[in-house]
Amino acid sequence: MPEEVTSLEHPAKPFNEEMLIQRIRDGEHDLFYELIRPYEGRVYAAAFAILRNEADAEDVAQEAVLKAFKHIRQFRAEARFSTWLTQITINEARMWRRKEHANLMEPIVDRQDEEGNYTPRDFADWREIPLETLERKEIRQKLAEALASLGEKYREIFVLRDMQHLSIEETAKALGISTASVKTRLLRARLMLRDLLAPGFGGSWSSKPLFAKGTKPW
Amino acid sequence: MVVSCEEVWREISNYLEGEVDASLRASMEEHFRGCKHCTAVLDGTRNLVQLYGDERMFEVPLGFSHRLHRRLEENMPGHRRSFLGWMVAAAAAVLVAGSFEVARSSVFGRPELRSDHAQPGIGVPPDMLVVVSVDGKTFHAAGCPFIHDKAHIQTIQAREALRQGYAPCVRCMKKYLTA
Repeated sequence: MPEEVTSLEHPAKPFNEEMLIQRIRDGEHDLFYELIRPYEGRVYAAAFAILRNEADAEDVAQEAVLKAFKHIRQFRAEARFSTWLTQITINEARMWRRKEHANLMEPIVDRQDEEGNYTPRDFADWREIPLETLERKEIRQKLAEALASLGEKYREIFVLRDMQHLSIEETAKALGISTASVKTRLLRARLMLRDLLAPGFGGSWSSKPLFAKGTKPW
Repeated sequence: MVVSCEEVWREISNYLEGEVDASLRASMEEHFRGCKHCTAVLDGTRNLVQLYGDERMFEVPLGFSHRLHRRLEENMPGHRRSFLGWMVAAAAAVLVAGSFEVARSSVFGRPELRSDHAQPGIGVPPDMLVVVSVDGKTFHAAGCPFIHDKAHIQTIQAREALRQGYAPCVRCMKKYLTA
């Protein structure tokens, strides 16, 4: 029986960013380190979600943070700083990819018709995996591999909404798409990830790979 | 209202977001009570959202924060170089001047770096053997885990890699970077 559900809780802002931003604008530039410290991992993750390459993601994350510093006066307080920073990172990563990989073809999965219904493929009743298992590197690795195998438009949405905890509206704004598209893609991303991870969550991760490299089950 | 499995799958994400109306919510909960498959999908999806939403999933490469802060520091207004920084900058100036002379005397000057974001190398031994991938931007020591596209790599001399616009890898060729 399902638990009493259940909107997904997302963490609040950890400190008074507004004041910090004002002081940076007033010339206390060193405070910028403090401002971005909580978001360093998120910036990297957003870049990695698009580029899927550690070295490129790091370069883009640096560029994005630098750009945020240079344009801090343009930040408008009606948005969250994290959303603004994520938006810059997404733009930088997309520009980088266009410049560096202009000749690459779009993956087939990205051209799928997202309007069609998605049918789950695995109905195994997986046991609940406690958060403590994330201490195990191989579990984090499996989750990262599954996410990396999604098509870009699903990966982006999932990272922004379920990892960066942006709202549906913020995600739509960051990517320049409608909230309806965000919801449709988010549904697909979650169900596809679940299908990818269900066999492992059933207890077989220790004995066989999650899925063969370069193949997707959908 | 009775809902089918297909309708449940279509709404399961909105259900988790708390974005279905009370009537649909009640119907879905009724469905879950009698459908093991849909309950499995719901539980699994909720579990994975919780796992991916954990801070521990934001793992960055070793030294990421240090490199990021160093890059920021270099771009802060009024940034003052350390003595070592000035020495490196002076060495860079000499090298750039030298490169300019070489480029002037050559038919082909030094090509643009393959990446706008990369830094040119300093003091790279020209005869050193390095690994590049055909579509990559950086050159590496053999075995470096950051080599792109390992299926299309070649080993060449550093002078040739530099001539082709490759820049030193920020990890394995760190000592040849200007900053």
